[in-house]
Amino acid sequence: MAISFVVNGEKKTVDVPPMSRLLDVLRDDLHLTGTKEGCGEGECGSCSVLMNGELVNSCLVPALQAEGATICTIEGMSKNGEMSPIQKKFLECGAAQCGICTPGMVLAAHHLLQKYPSPTMEQIREGLAGNLCRCTGYQRIFEAVAECGKEQSELIATSGAK
Amino acid sequence: MAPGFKETIVGKSVLRKEGPEKVLGQSRYIDDIEMPEMWHGATVRTRIAHGRVKSITFPSHIPWDEFVVVTAADIPFENYIAHILKDHPCLVDKEIRHPEEPVVLLAHPDKQRLRAAVDAVEIEYEKLTGVFTIEDSERMDPVIWGADNTFKSYLMEKGDVDSVWADAAYIIEGEYRTGAQEQLYIENNGVIAEFSETDGVTVWGSMQCPYYVHHAMMDLFHLPEDKVRIVQVETGGAFGGKEDYPSVLSAHAALLARKAKRPIKMVYDRMEDLAATTKRHPSRTRHKTAVSKDGKLLGGEIEFAIDGGAYATLSAVVLSRGTIHAPGPYFWPAIRVKAKAMATNCPPHGAFRGFGAPQSIFALERHMDHIAKVVGLTPEELRRRNFIKTGQTTATGQTLQDKIDMNEILDQALTEADYHAKRKQFAKENPASAVKRGMGFACFFHGAGFTGSGERYLASIVGLEATAEGKLRVLVSSTEFGQGTNTILSQVAAEALRVEYDDVIVQRPDTNKVPNSGPTVASRTAMVVGKLVHSAALGMIKTLTESGLLREGYTREEFLAACAAHLQKHGALKVLSQYEAPPNIFWDDQTYRGDAYPAYAWAVYVAEAAVDTTTYFSEVKNFVAVQEVGRVLNPVLAKGQIEGGVAQGIGYAIYEKVIWKDGVMANNQMTNYIMATSADVPQIHVHFVEAPFEYGAYGAKGIGELPMDGPAPAILNAIEEATGIAFNECPLMPEDVFEAMTKTAHTEEQPVVTEPAFTGVGPR
Repeated sequence: MAISFVVNGEKKTVDVPPMSRLLDVLRDDLHLTGTKEGCGEGECGSCSVLMNGELVNSCLVPALQAEGATICTIEGMSKNGEMSPIQKKFLECGAAQCGICTPGMVLAAHHLLQKYPSPTMEQIREGLAGNLCRCTGYQRIFEAVAECGKEQSELIATSGAK
Repeated sequence: MAPGFKETIVGKSVLRKEGPEKVLGQSRYIDDIEMPEMWHGATVRTRIAHGRVKSITFPSHIPWDEFVVVTAADIPFENYIAHILKDHPCLVDKEIRHPEEPVVLLAHPDKQRLRAAVDAVEIEYEKLTGVFTIEDSERMDPVIWGADNTFKSYLMEKGDVDSVWADAAYIIEGEYRTGAQEQLYIENNGVIAEFSETDGVTVWGSMQCPYYVHHAMMDLFHLPEDKVRIVQVETGGAFGGKEDYPSVLSAHAALLARKAKRPIKMVYDRMEDLAATTKRHPSRTRHKTAVSKDGKLLGGEIEFAIDGGAYATLSAVVLSRGTIHAPGPYFWPAIRVKAKAMATNCPPHGAFRGFGAPQSIFALERHMDHIAKVVGLTPEELRRRNFIKTGQTTATGQTLQDKIDMNEILDQALTEADYHAKRKQFAKENPASAVKRGMGFACFFHGAGFTGSGERYLASIVGLEATAEGKLRVLVSSTEFGQGTNTILSQVAAEALRVEYDDVIVQRPDTNKVPNSGPTVASRTAMVVGKLVHSAALGMIKTLTESGLLREGYTREEFLAACAAHLQKHGALKVLSQYEAPPNIFWDDQTYRGDAYPAYAWAVYVAEAAVDTTTYFSEVKNFVAVQEVGRVLNPVLAKGQIEGGVAQGIGYAIYEKVIWKDGVMANNQMTNYIMATSADVPQIHVHFVEAPFEYGAYGAKGIGELPMDGPAPAILNAIEEATGIAFNECPLMPEDVFEAMTKTAHTEEQPVVTEPAFTGVGPR
């Protein structure tokens, strides 16, 4: 079935079975491989994307449900290869180690900072709890998000995801 | 920068080399790579633990002519995966030795249809009795491996242990157990393989050790070195879980590719990865310790046993590291460690950060708290009376060269954790509170590099070359999977060459392009490989100086110009450097005596734990990690290593339980195998003490595995302080706490302090 939605600002139409996972549509049909599969059951958050501004696990979203939606993936977080403020902070603070959870984590951090421009540590812990990271023990990620909140809350509105 | 160091790049938190691509989501992991004509591969696995295959049926509702099917009959030569021994079959022929053992491989262009075909294959079994625990295996009923179910045993002995018991004021015994633990890298195992009659085998994959896979493919297909090419692609976490298993997966994909005559991608999903690939070895440790009246360790006997699963794989070396770390950072006048790795009908257990040491250190550091209780000393005082000191001899007879003062590290850790004040506060508040809190700590060390003569046998080589683009390229098979290999090796090269960090690039590990700098394991990359990069850099400077292209006291620009001039004249500028053991380092494999490791990292970790007596749930509320790791090459990356290891250690202690059912992992999903989330980890305070090691790169020792060793015993020590109950097995789950607390509640009003097993006649 033909499904149309906006991904990273571009209108796309794909012809896929209605129950295809949004994750597979993004990766296989649209070649947006920045979105990763970690568990396939909505536990790890590696496949997180923003759908109509909400953080979703794209492995749990049937393609059908994305009809007419506005989706932002990690590829939409940067502009012309320029890192967003969150991505810069992730790099500087050492928040990315192996990098596999990073795309989902960056989107979760973005979502959190939209909701709470200057999040408390408790809000950060809660807000990222749907995204698992096995490398960092989360401390560098907390720092990256907290610094974003402290220094750059005004820049978040222009960080790429609309 | 730490005081006393004059370097300008080493010791700085330069940005992760491949970091920009990672945060931008541009890094290409194995599942992000497509190849023309590529098909997908999948595995049909056994459902029983022990037995024989009677028949394999391919039901007619599947159009099998559309599939490529591989069985053991398609293996061109011998049917084994090359690890240490040759006992591990590539595919089941007749004998089945564990559940999830591979029997049939299938390939098809469509992943969905492949899945349906895997489920359709019917295997008829003849079942045999299985062996599922260390105790089952010891009873040898039945014998499933070798003559006595024992993959390997060691005897490590120092002094006259038999004579210590007579003079002991206390003889204290205890038994401690640890469960399996899944590495749980967020990227599952995966490879793409290609096979051609003329070019041989090529494998791209998520892996730690390209040359291990290289060796396995040469053996499997009887190919010469230059007909096997292994390329490590960006790897989404490993932790030991991609040390030996990629050889298995590569063999499967290559067999399919050979028959299909096209590239084959095999990427496991989470359930298959959890069920079929390696985990940390479960263990049982028995301690019997002779202690003087004033709390001095007189001698000890330690029996250390690990469950290796169905095949030998790496169990012998895991056992070795566990054995050497079993006596901990203490001085033992006499000690005997009897260790063995046993066979069971579980999938083979394998490498996981710490490699045997977290198991034996868990036992020792729980046992030290028991000893303290029996002797009537604080946990702190008991340890202070027994710390090993520089110049004393270890259990292998090594005279300790590390300049180490464990008392100082302990002081700093306890101060940072506010240990004494909190201990008092909790003792006062706990009786009236439903949430019981406690402080606990663990003292430990971790040897850097391969054990014993391992590094001599490896004889690692690294290369450094100047490129036409004006860069310096590091050539190593050492892999990046998050720890920071690319970054620290670039820092070392840049520092040694006196150029900028950005002038150095790292070749993606590809056995056609890089020499064998050894596997990326055993906390060896910074210390051993880094030192080789340093000496290759010095070699390059020497080459340029001797050819008259470079003056002493050169600038960066002059160096780069000299490289360009050399390239123009000779076409290439490449320097290799090979490992040489530090002087006076000797090891005897036969007697198990000598210098087990050239250097050790030392640490004290303090945990603050809370146990909710309404929900029986345990939590870590605060964590302090103080360690001496030689020179810290990159503070941000080093902190990240410690914090990540501590979080895995917290999981090992109280969250991560593999539930076994006749050799099958019953909870092979992230839904019910639980790791710590951002809401579960406390603040982790990391502090480094730096005592540079002469033979490591700019003084670096190992750091990767260390943080896995301490958290579990520190946390269970804290939980004992909180609850008065000695839990001697990890992971400690809420149901275990419930059982212990309700049991005590039924028998007495007050929670009972479970005394450690105690024999002998008390102080005398």
